[in-house]
Amino acid sequence: MARLYYSEKGDRIEDTHPVTVSRYRGITRANHWVTAISLILLLLSGLAFFDPSLYFLSGLFGGGQTARWLHPIIGVVLFVSFLGMFIQLWRLNLPRPEDTTWVSQIGDVVKGNEEKLPELGKYNAGQKFIFWAMTVLIVVLIVSGIMIWEQFFGELVSIPTRRWAVLTHALAAIAIILVFILHVYAAIWTRGTLRAMTRGTVTGGWAWRHHRKWLREVAGRRQNGPAE
Amino acid sequence: MSETAPQPVTAASNPPVQPIGSNLLPSDVVRISATKDVPQPDRQLTKVAKLIDVSKCIGCKACQSACIEWNDTRPEVETNVGVYENPHDLTPNMFTLMRFAEWVNPETDNLEWLIRKDGCMHCEDPGCLKACPAPGAIVQYSNGIVDFVKENCIGCGYCVTGCPFDIPRISKVDHKSYKCTLCSDRVAVGQGPACAKACPTQAIVFGTKDDMIAHANERIEDLKSRGYDNAGIYDPAGVGGTHVIYVLHHADKPSIYNDLPDDPRISPVVEGWKGVTKTAGLAVMGVAAVGAALHGIFSRGNRVDEQEEEAAERLVKADSRDQGGTV
Ligand code: SF4
Ligand code: SF4
Ligand code: SF4
Repeated sequence: MARLYYSEKGDRIEDTHPVTVSRYRGITRANHWVTAISLILLLLSGLAFFDPSLYFLSGLFGGGQTARWLHPIIGVVLFVSFLGMFIQLWRLNLPRPEDTTWVSQIGDVVKGNEEKLPELGKYNAGQKFIFWAMTVLIVVLIVSGIMIWEQFFGELVSIPTRRWAVLTHALAAIAIILVFILHVYAAIWTRGTLRAMTRGTVTGGWAWRHHRKWLREVAGRRQNGPAE
Repeated sequence: MSETAPQPVTAASNPPVQPIGSNLLPSDVVRISATKDVPQPDRQLTKVAKLIDVSKCIGCKACQSACIEWNDTRPEVETNVGVYENPHDLTPNMFTLMRFAEWVNPETDNLEWLIRKDGCMHCEDPGCLKACPAPGAIVQYSNGIVDFVKENCIGCGYCVTGCPFDIPRISKVDHKSYKCTLCSDRVAVGQGPACAKACPTQAIVFGTKDDMIAHANERIEDLKSRGYDNAGIYDPAGVGGTHVIYVLHHADKPSIYNDLPDDPRISPVVEGWKGVTKTAGLAVMGVAAVGAALHGIFSRGNRVDEQEEEAAERLVKADSRDQGGTV
C-alpha cells in the first residue's frame, strides 16, 4: 500500500501526455456543489433579513414568509452536506510544518512567486484556513440558528440567550460571507483551479506549480496499484 | 359617514349612533419597521395612554374577556393546573393576561396578593419595531400606539428578541406575530380600549397621557396617605416612557409583580445587532465583494507556464521508470 501523506486514495494520474491529475471524485464534486448552492441560497435569503435595503432579495424566494421558513431548512441541508465534505477532506487539511513557511512568505504567495515557496501537499495553508473557517462557522451558524428558529424551536432558549444567538448568527454570517468571497476569489485567481471542481482534474503543470508534494506522491504510486 | 371621529380622551363614553370615519390614518404613522426616513406627518395626535392601577384591580379578568370578545380571538382551552393564570401565558390569541403573585411584605409580614395585567406596553422606543426585518410589519402612530400589521409580518420572531417585556407571540397557525393593539381600531373611531371599558373597578382607565399621569399622581397620593410609602408610577424612561402605564403600590420593586422589569430598555445586544453589526457588516462585505470582483477581472491571475507542464511530464515519466515500468 502506497504512503498517503499528501494525497487521497482516489487521486491519480489520468493521462501522461499532457499530464492530467484527477483531484476530486464525482461524489466529492457533487457534494461540493450541493454545499455551494445551499450556501448561496442561505446568503441571499439571510441577507434579506439582515438589512432592509436587501429585503427585496426575499422576492427571489417568493416573499418574506417563504424565505423565513426556507432559510433554516436549507441551513440543515448545508450542514449535512458540509459534514460530507468534512469527512472526505479533513485529513489532508491538518496543519503541516510547511504551512508555517508558506504563511510567513505570504508576500510571495500574493505575488505569485511560487518557486520561492516550499513544496506543498494537496492543500496550502490558505486552503486549509478556508476549510477550518468554514467548519467552525458552519457549526456556530447551525447552533445559533436553531436557537432562533422560531417555527420549531421558539421555546428552546430564553429570550436573553436568543438575543446573543441572533447577534452571533449575524456576525458568523458576515464572517462566512467573507470566507466565501475569499474562496471563490482564490479559486479564480489561481488559474486552472476551477476545473478541479467541475471536470475533477487539473493539469500536471498546475499540480507541479501549486501542490508538488501531492503530485510527487500521486505519480510515485502510479505503478503500485493493480495492473493498468 | 358624516364626520371623522374625535380623538378619544376616555374609555367611558358610549359610541355615537351614526357611523363615523376613522381618525387614525396611515399618514399618522411616525415609525415603520425596517424603513428608514419615514415621512413625518403634518399633524401630531395627542399622546394617549392606558393606565392600569394595580392597587384597584380585583383580578376578575373582565378585561381579558373583553379583549377576547373585541378582537374575536379564541384562546385555546388548556388544562387546569390549579393556578389563577388562565391561559397560562400570553398567546397569539390572548393579548392580555392577569398575572397573580403572592408576596410577603418583609416590613409588615403581611401576605400581599399582587395582580398585574400583562400585555404590550406600547413603548415610545419600541424594541419590537427596531428588531423587525420586514418593512411595514410594525408601525408606531403619533399618538404612541405600536401596532403590528400582519399582512407584512413574516413570522421570524425577531420582535420577540427585541421586546424588553416578552410580549409578542408568533402564531403556529398563520406564522404571524400578535399582541395587544391598544385597540387601535377603537381608538381610530373615538373609543377607548375594550379592556378599559369593561373594567368594573376602573382599575384600567384610558385617556391622554397627560391626563393619565395626573390621574396616577392623585392615586399615588391616596396610596401614600394609606401607608404605601413607595407607591409610584411605572412609566419606564429606559424605553422612552410607555403608553401603557401602571400605578404600583411598591414602585420601588417592580419585579415583585411577576417579573415586571425594574429598568427595562432595549437590550444592548439587540442595539449592537441592529446597529454597528449591520452597518459595519454591510460595509465590510460590500468592500470585499467589489474588491475581489474588480481584482479578479483586472489582474492577470496566477498562471501555470509551459515549463511547469513539461516538468510535470518529466516527473511522471521518471516515476514510471523508477517503478520498473517500460517507457
Ligand atoms: S415576527 Fe413579524 S412582526 Fe415580529 S419581527 Fe418578524 S416580521 Fe416583524
Ligand atoms: S412592549 Fe414589547 S411589543 Fe409592546 S411596544 Fe414595547 S417592545 Fe413592542
Ligand atoms: S387595549 Fe384592546 S387589545 Fe389591548 S388588552 Fe385591552 S382590549 Fe386587548
